[in-house]
Amino acid sequence: MKTLAKRLIVAAAVASLMVGAAHAHRAWILPSATVVSGDNAWVTIDGAVSNNLFFPDHRPMQIDAISITAPDGSSVKPVNATVGQYRTTFDLQLLQKGTYRIAQANSGLNASWKEGTETKRWRGTMAEYVAQGIDKKPGVELTLSSRRVETFVTNGAPSEIKPTGKGLELVPVTHPNDLYSGEEITFKLTDNGKPAANVEVTVIAGGDRYREEAGELVVKTGADGTVKLTLENAGMYWLEAESRGTSSMEGKPVNSMSTYVAVLEVLPG
Amino acid sequence: MRNVVMLAVPVVMAGAAHAGTLELTVEIPKLNVAEYHRPYVAIWIEDASGKVAANLSVWYDIKLKDQEGEKWLKDIRQWWRRTGRELNMPIDGVSSPTKPPGKNTVKFDTGGAAFANLPAGEYKIIVEASREVGGKELVEIPFKWAPGAEATGSATGKTELGAVTFKLTK
Repeated sequence: MKTLAKRLIVAAAVASLMVGAAHAHRAWILPSATVVSGDNAWVTIDGAVSNNLFFPDHRPMQIDAISITAPDGSSVKPVNATVGQYRTTFDLQLLQKGTYRIAQANSGLNASWKEGTETKRWRGTMAEYVAQGIDKKPGVELTLSSRRVETFVTNGAPSEIKPTGKGLELVPVTHPNDLYSGEEITFKLTDNGKPAANVEVTVIAGGDRYREEAGELVVKTGADGTVKLTLENAGMYWLEAESRGTSSMEGKPVNSMSTYVAVLEVLPG
Repeated sequence: MRNVVMLAVPVVMAGAAHAGTLELTVEIPKLNVAEYHRPYVAIWIEDASGKVAANLSVWYDIKLKDQEGEKWLKDIRQWWRRTGRELNMPIDGVSSPTKPPGKNTVKFDTGGAAFANLPAGEYKIIVEASREVGGKELVEIPFKWAPGAEATGSATGKTELGAVTFKLTK
């Protein structure tokens, strides 16, 4: 029973990844403020998957999948959470000084192979992959998909954001809560802790509903995973990057697909 | 212990020898708006590299219960970014109540802590205002500092600040 439940969760996670990729709906976690001050600092946060940024019009983000990491590395539970038709809303009290990371991260294994003209699909764990003999299927392709959707909020001075070392993620050179219009921003992207070279990063300003064109900015990471960009206008931005590669898990070849999304606020410089 | 004494003595002497006054008059415009709140104002000295050399004054609601006024300090945006976020408010001699519309004159003793470690050179006095349900504005006045120097300067804001005048006397 436990295994079944676990398998369903993984399946759901993978399914949501696939839906995300197929329909290009945008997932986001949007804080009411990214820079706060004082000893009683709160932010209210929305999580959703939508077409326009940042207008909830499709699905709420699953509240159970959201994790909050305090500046000291401890976990904080969201409070006053509500899952609505189009968005999930919750509050966060910033009891510590420094940077909080609010994220939804998941990953899952899936495989596909051909039986005659039919494409078979499978999802599960590495142990099941071997136990069920999926690894022996002719021409099987195993893919590890991971996705991280996050945002950052700072009370007082920005503090260090420790990389998770899992999947594609942003490693600050310029702190994500220290972004100003007209000033060059430098980020580094890593994939499983290694520099993510030659990865396309797309940045779109919120409020695209009111523009004829999204006006997306596309930049590529260099060999060391760094990317530089300058945003002329202050506002909330949605950043997305995706990397594909191959690696191995327990001696089996694996395709990896990793998606990263961050909501970033650029203040008037 | 000996080091402390040796460091302290020149500072005290410099202060005693050159104590003067920095006088700043900040005009807060009278605005005809539906909801008026006095602006939060930060006054600081910036060095030639853009770094904060001294925090002179921050005007905010220092008397609200639970330091509720500190919640809005981040809205004095440039000050917050450059120095405010690193500080533990309130600060004696820096934190001060908000001021009413009109000309507000504040004086700083140049023999005081803010100037004691200020090397001679080019600086700017920066005044930044941020008003609840209102706008934000920043004005700056360049000046040359050296112990015992005299200087005057002025700048005028357009929206949230009126005339700002500066006078450094021996």
